[in-house]
This record gives sequence, C-alpha cells and structure tokens, in this order.
Amino acid sequence: MLFALMESSRSAVASVLAHGLRSFLTTLGIVIGVAGVIAVVSLTEGLSASVTDQFQALGTDSLTVRSYTPIKDRMKGIQSRLNDSDLSLIETRVEGISSITPILFARRASQVRFGSQTTFSQIFGTTQAYQDVAQAYAEQGRFLVNSDSKTRRRVCILGETVREQLGLPRNAVGEYVEIGKEWFKVIGILEPKGELMGFDQDDRVILPYQTMQSLLGNQSQTDIQIQLTVADQSNIPVVVARVRSLLRKAHGLTREDDDDFRIQTAEQLSETFDRIITTVTLVVGGIVSISLLVGGIGIMNIMLVSVTERTREIGICKAIGAKRHHILMQFLVEALLLSLLGGIIGLLLGYGLGVLIAMSIPSFPPATIPLWSIVLALGFSAFVGIIFGILPAAKAANLDPIDALRYG
Amino acid sequence: MALIELQAIEKHYVMGDQTVRALDGIDISIASNEYIAFVGSSGSGKSTMMNILGCLDRPSAGLYHLNGKNVAQLNQNELAEIRNLEIGFIFQSFNLLPRANALSNVMQPLIYRGVAYKERKKLAMTALDRVNLVDRIDHLPNQLSGGQQQRVAIARALVTEPSILLADEPTGNLDSRTTIEIMKLFDELQQEGHTVIVVTHEAEIANHCHRIVELKDGKISNDHRQDGVS
Ligand SMILES: Nc1ncnc2c1ncn2[C@@H]1O[C@H](COP(=O)(O)OP(=O)(O)OP(=O)(O)O)[C@@H](O)[C@H]1O
Ligand SMILES: [Mg+2]
Repeated sequence: MLFALMESSRSAVASVLAHGLRSFLTTLGIVIGVAGVIAVVSLTEGLSASVTDQFQALGTDSLTVRSYTPIKDRMKGIQSRLNDSDLSLIETRVEGISSITPILFARRASQVRFGSQTTFSQIFGTTQAYQDVAQAYAEQGRFLVNSDSKTRRRVCILGETVREQLGLPRNAVGEYVEIGKEWFKVIGILEPKGELMGFDQDDRVILPYQTMQSLLGNQSQTDIQIQLTVADQSNIPVVVARVRSLLRKAHGLTREDDDDFRIQTAEQLSETFDRIITTVTLVVGGIVSISLLVGGIGIMNIMLVSVTERTREIGICKAIGAKRHHILMQFLVEALLLSLLGGIIGLLLGYGLGVLIAMSIPSFPPATIPLWSIVLALGFSAFVGIIFGILPAAKAANLDPIDALRYG
Repeated sequence: MALIELQAIEKHYVMGDQTVRALDGIDISIASNEYIAFVGSSGSGKSTMMNILGCLDRPSAGLYHLNGKNVAQLNQNELAEIRNLEIGFIFQSFNLLPRANALSNVMQPLIYRGVAYKERKKLAMTALDRVNLVDRIDHLPNQLSGGQQQRVAIARALVTEPSILLADEPTGNLDSRTTIEIMKLFDELQQEGHTVIVVTHEAEIANHCHRIVELKDGKISNDHRQDGVS
C-alpha cells in the first residue's frame, strides 16, 4: 500500500510538472477558494484577538447602565431617562460596587476652539470615579477631583486626538480652550488609548459633572449614563439583577412593561462582536464552498481530459501487468496532488492578502493564521481532490487493455 | 508438458447483425523454448491470436492452458498478474511510455510486482545491458531511433524474466538493417532459453523461426517445422 502510494506519487509529480501551466490553471479554483477563506480567517482572527484584548483592558468587571426607549414609546413621544436619583439609588442600595460614576453627554458633538484651530469632539461630564471605572488616567496634569465638580469649575481634560487637532503643545496644561462660547482651562491630557472597533477613544473632552449639568441647563431633561465596576467579577450577574429590579421599581414599571434601560457588560459587547464575526465567517464560508466546488469540477474536467490523452499509456501499463488499483491510485494521487498544490498556493496567497489588507487599514490588528485553519484548508482541498478525482481515476482503471492500446 | 495448450479457441466479434470469427477453432500446443512464427494474410487473425496468447484478451470459447493453468476464465486483475509474471510483449509500434526515459520504461513492469527501487534499477540495467543500450538509459523514447526504441521494449519484456516473449510484427516499423539486428537478438534470446513467438507477414523473418504456423480466416491452415536460417 505504502509502496503503491510512493510509486504513484512519483509519477503524479512527473505528470503535474509535465503540464505546468495547465496544472496551475486547473488548481486556480481551489487556489481562489482557499485564499479567500484564509484571508478572511487571518483578518477576523487578528481582529477578534485584538478586540478581546481591548475589551479586557476596558475592564471585564465594569457595567454600563443607559436609558432605553422602546420603539412603541418613542412613537408616542415618550423618552426614557436615567437621572441623578437613579444614580444615588444604585450607589446606596446595591452591594459589591467598587466605584460608580455618572456620565453626562453633550447633546451633540460640540465645537472646541483653541486660537484659530477648531475641532468637533465628544464632550461629556463625569466625576473623579471615572478614572477607576474607565481606566482613564491623565498623562499630563491631573484628572478631575470632586471639588472641580462641586464648585462647577470651568476646567477640562483633553484626549490626545483633540490636543493634536487643536495644535496645542505637548504639555497643554494651563492653556484655555473655548467650548460652546465658554472658556475652559486645560488641567490634564489623557493617556492615549487607541481605537476600539474603529472608534477613536482619544477623541474626547471631559468636563466636571456638575459643570456639564449647568451648561446643559434644564435639569429635568437630562439623561445620564451610569458606569460602575464591581469588586468581584463573579458578582456581575447578582449586581445586574439587583440594579435591574431597583430601577424597574423606581421607574414604576409593571410586570408587562419592558425595561426602559439597558445594562451592558463588557462581556456582552464582546459576545455581540463575536456574533458579527461568526456571521461574516459563515457567509464567506458559503462563498468559499462554492468556489471549492467549482475548483473540484475543474480538476475533474482536466483529469478526464488527461485520462483520454493517456489512454494508450494506460493500455501499455495494463499490458505489462498494471492492475486496476495501480491505475486508480495513479490518477487519484495526481488529482490529490493538484488539489493540495492549489490548497498550498491558496494558503500563501490568502495569508499574503490578509497581511496586505491588515497593513493598508490604519490601526487594524496584524493578520494571524491559526493552525486549525491551515489544517482545515488543506484537508478541504485534499477532500475535494479525492472526491472529484474518483470518477476520472475509475474511468482509467476500468479501461479494457486492448481498447486502450488500440486508441489513437 | 506443453507450455501453451490451446483447445478449440474461438474469438468472435459481433458487429451489428454480423459476427466476425477472428479465431475459429484453434488447437495448438507450444513447448518451452520453441521459436515459432505466426504468418498469414491481413485479417487472418494473427493479432487476435497474439492477444489471447498474451492474456490481453479472453477467448469467446475454448480452453487455454498456460503452464498447466486454465487462464481462459480469469478476470482482468488475474490476467494482469499473468501478463506481469509470464509474458513479455514486444509491439510493432514499440509502445514505450513517452514521458519516461529508457531506464524508467524498463523498470515499470517491476513496479507492479512490488520490487523496490534499487532492485528495480539493478534488474533494469541488466536487461538494458543485454540489449546493448546502457549508454542510452536516460534518453526519452523520442530521443531514440526506432531500432533503439524496440530494443528498450525488448529489455522491458526481458526484465521480468517471463516464460514467453510475444512479438507482434516487431520489425514492421523498422528498416531492413535494423530488422536484421533485432532478429539476431531474438535468435540469441531463443538460444538462451526463452520461448519466442513472433507474428509477421515477411518470409525472411519467419525463416528465422523453427516452426511456422499459417493462419487463414481464423483457422490454422499450415503448421510445419523447419531448420532456422540463423
Ligand atoms: N475489436 C475488433 N472488433 C471487431 N472486429 C475485429 C476486432 N479486432 C479484430 N477484428 C477482426 O478480426 C479479424 C482478425 O483481425 P486481426 O487483427 O487478428 O488480423 P491480423 O491477422 O493481425 O491482420 P494484420 O496482418 O492486418 O495485422 C479481422 O477481420 C478484423 O476485422
Ligand atoms: Mg495484426
């Protein structure tokens, strides 16, 4: 068996090399299929590894509570809100919280100006605790302290992107910027955090919470987000349940009503992301299977041509003693070799493509190919080669020696 | 005991509503180390006879004993094994594998016998030496003259040390000088102990043989012995 396999491989290699260009063209279908799957896998693997890291950095022990308006309420013009009393309710009545902070967003991206430079940025007000909850630290100057908020000081902390866009010096502490017609003193610059899923985390301006409230004016209209971290990560489900029941009661929701808020954990975010990746992978997988099918048919076609071309050779081999399985093996191994060749070329091409794409998109994580995808791609190519090689190989093996010798 | 024993061998080809009796009741017995020629006009059944003797084809009826074994009823794989072990074919058109060099062509039958590469090469070199072609072992068939190609084919037939060498018009594609060369080789092989069966329609070639069997319309019309010219 091993002997027959080795002898067949020898002649298969010779025959594939004898028709170099034809062999290459034959394998194109497989090449494209495998290249496609490897490119996508290498990109999504890199992406999800980096996103998982980023979620980890975000803190798997943190929760975000935000208001949520069901569609049928929105049509009635009702807007759900979270406010300071919800915050203090959670703060005082839920156990196991290590830090908690409100976040109050400006209604829309606002203009920030320094000298003649202007930029639009996300502006929100929060408290000192934000530092612990969001792992946001000042690189220059200092972060907010409670007195900033209490006295509604006109101070701000800038993200690195904002500092750059305003043309502020590296150490911008002490400069004044104009936000919504008011002047704010820069007291700190945040450590750069990079991007999370294409969203620049350094494009932000942080104000003291109560300063923001006074800027927005009308108190009853405010809608805050509440971010908190739990002391013990395994406690998250308990905390989530407790927050939920407290808020439902406080908002006077009955059994039939849906929640008018959402509690989001880092884990949920990463699960959502994983679902997106899975969907993309499935769609690409579908396209790739079609391409592998077409590739397989291409191999079958060329193998049938090859059997016809070599009918006389098959006759000669049979005349000098080749049995059915010798001929069958020879053609099957040739089909296998073609498809594996396509698989390997596709693998290299796909990886190259993945690296290229990853490099051409700024801040995209580097492409990686996991071992399982290599095994899968080569396994699939081999499978396709054998399945589509069987018919031509059987045709060759079943030729009558005399008919074959007389052919041509 | 005879090496080959044919009894009432028939081979029929059905073409639409008419049946061609390519062989029509052949009885013949061939002993070991005979040197025998099948002659006859075109269409008399010589090649059909050769194919059946060589186990490439099965008779429609009759008994064929080769080395005392009835091979008429064997299946394709069993016939392939007999061809590999007992028969050495030499064809008019050489029938070498076009993409394999002389050495590989000669080694090929040994693959089907499971002989390892080193041993294969050694045996093939011996056979090529026998036909005086050791200096051409890495030539492809299309880089060899007709006579050289036929000698490679003879080496390929010899390498398995078969009981019978079967040659169907072995010199049909060769000029007269090369023909003499090849026939001398057959003479020598017969003297070395091989059983040689040649199909031909040339009297000069038949005259090398010690026994001449004439076919006519699928029947044996004449079977006589003579002293070889060689
Ligand atoms: N595959 C076939 N199908 C139908 N008829 C065939 C087939 N092979 C041979 N025949 C017929 O059988 C008869 C004998 O053919 P064969 O090839 O044995 O003749 P031959 O003596 O070798 O002739 P030649 O000297 O021309 O080679 C011929 O009438 C031929 O037409
Ligand atoms: Mg003939």
